[in-house]
Amino acid sequence: MTTTSGGVVKAQPWNDPSARPYVEVERISKTFGDFKAVNDVSLKIYKGEIFCLLGASGCGKTTLLRMLGGFETPTDGKILIDGEDMTDVPPYERPVNMMFQSYALFPHMNVEQNVAFGLKQDRIPKSEIRDRVATMLDLVKMSDFAKRKPHQLSGGQRQRVALARSLVKRPKLLLLDEPLGALDKKLREHTQFELISLQDKLGVTFIVVTHDQEEAMTLASRIGVMNHGEIVQAGTPSEIYEFPSSKFVADFVGSVNIFEGQLIEDEPDYVRIGSAELGGTIYVSHGISAPPEAIVWAAVRPEKIFMSTAPPQAAADNVVRGTVQDIAYLGDLSIYLVRLATGKVVRVTRPNTSRHAEAISWDQQVYLSWDATSPVVVTR
Amino acid sequence: MGRLGRVGITGRGLVVALPYLWLLLFFVVPFVIVLKISFSDVTLAIPPYKPLLEWVGKNSLAIKVNFDNYAFLFTDSLYLHAFANSVKVAFLSTLACLLIGYPMAYGIARAKPSLRNVLLLLVILPFWTSLLLRVYAWIGLLKANGVINNILMSLGVIHEPLTMLYTPFAMYVGIVYSYLPFLILPLYANLEKMDWQLLEAAEDLGCRPWQAFYKITLPLSRNGILAGSMLVFIPAVGEFVIPALLGGPNALMIGRVLWDEFFSNRAWPVASAVAILLLILLVPFMMWYQSVQARETAGAR
Repeated sequence: MTTTSGGVVKAQPWNDPSARPYVEVERISKTFGDFKAVNDVSLKIYKGEIFCLLGASGCGKTTLLRMLGGFETPTDGKILIDGEDMTDVPPYERPVNMMFQSYALFPHMNVEQNVAFGLKQDRIPKSEIRDRVATMLDLVKMSDFAKRKPHQLSGGQRQRVALARSLVKRPKLLLLDEPLGALDKKLREHTQFELISLQDKLGVTFIVVTHDQEEAMTLASRIGVMNHGEIVQAGTPSEIYEFPSSKFVADFVGSVNIFEGQLIEDEPDYVRIGSAELGGTIYVSHGISAPPEAIVWAAVRPEKIFMSTAPPQAAADNVVRGTVQDIAYLGDLSIYLVRLATGKVVRVTRPNTSRHAEAISWDQQVYLSWDATSPVVVTR
Repeated sequence: MGRLGRVGITGRGLVVALPYLWLLLFFVVPFVIVLKISFSDVTLAIPPYKPLLEWVGKNSLAIKVNFDNYAFLFTDSLYLHAFANSVKVAFLSTLACLLIGYPMAYGIARAKPSLRNVLLLLVILPFWTSLLLRVYAWIGLLKANGVINNILMSLGVIHEPLTMLYTPFAMYVGIVYSYLPFLILPLYANLEKMDWQLLEAAEDLGCRPWQAFYKITLPLSRNGILAGSMLVFIPAVGEFVIPALLGGPNALMIGRVLWDEFFSNRAWPVASAVAILLLILLVPFMMWYQSVQARETAGAR
């Protein structure tokens, strides 16, 4: 899991109240029959960002993207791009291009004709079309395949052609619907970085829809996590990962151990939570805003839990004993499922830093502990 | 592999052989017979033609091949006219079918899946009644005191009945009506496979909806258009029943000429020559259709 943002926005315009947003989504909703696909979503996206809409299938992310592209008309709300109201502008008049999940390459045209299609539509002079198509194909490293038909290309090559076709018109905004979804894992990782460097080179604002949180983490300058048609949290990848605002976000992005508990002590600089699930107390070194004795949830990431066979030195809060129930060896790291006395199963990851690591094996008694700064306390 | 296998008969061989056997019995053999008759002399006998092979003297067998029947077709302008007129009628009917059938096939392909089957059924439904009955029904609709004229007169649109029956118009109506499903079905099968997201992609790249149709849908449905058109054109060229029932006496179609030669004039050799020429005329179209079909199957991979 990476916590460094792949996005190219080095400055953080979303933290600068005077910055002008490039794409503004104002309280937009879309209903199909009595199903609310998108429910009162507002978003500000800044020039040069890669903004990822992350969510499970059916969460409304694709509908939101299609409204930005003009393929769906919002039931309510407004969309502004570069200050212009685009809500009722049809797709063929929007300064926006879309890369479809299926790539939607025209099967009866070769690579070159596919890429040139949008430019021809705009009646751009032939010589300019030729130059721009050649430059674009060069950029996505597809020059050698210019005369091939889509069915003669591999998945990765098609993805490049689709990208070239959607970028060649120099859109103000590029919408990408699961851009890497059809590629295998190795190729996907490689393409993610290519996509970032391409976006950096062209300076086009990207909005990417994905269900793959790793992909969102790698690509995004900011992520908007969606659930049930709403954006539940928007922020940089590390904000989303380290400071999730709700159980849903904590659980959806990465893996996490969530302990339900009750506030026992609530001071400005620390809280103590009594958790029956854990069979102990959790000490967190920051205050939270919740009524006393409220039910809260403490979320601890698996990599922030230390596991040892001997009791930790300064045994105080945040130590618990358990039995190793299952081990998954993934090469770079191993996942341990540790069963506590209460029956709760805790997920712990340990990097395999040594080739002959101290072996913790099945059914072994272990101590789990974590820093007071590690848990995130959420109230919903 | 049992006893059959030992004598070289396999299941696969049988499966392949059956259709060929069918073609041999019901196409090649009749064709050879017709071809034979077309080269023989007419005579007053049963059957009304002379055999090609004749014993001359004691030990010699003479083959008498008579080309007069073919020569006759080119000397009497009636036959060439009939051929030309048949092609014209078939062509215009195909065009009309295309203009009516394309929007229908497109509409069915884009309808909700639940509605699609109902619409398809409606297209196929007329096949449940005999063609002859349906063509007769058109007589009742088109005649001077028929349904259409009565409605128009009662609405006051016209004051005298329109002459529709026994005109080329009625014939075209009959042909287009009868052959429309043959165009819609292959075209639908083609359009149904279409990826509609391509149209969104085209619009995204700056096409208005009609431009997207012209640049994407139309070229991609080309094989469906050709297949459907051939299925209408080929049988329409030789169509006999509809022109005979709905068309006037001037509706000179090669199918009718063939009928007249065969039954009225009992000129079997000439009728056979007409049939052979008709076949030769249609072979290029059939081959074209075949290649389109082959391409369609290859493209569906």
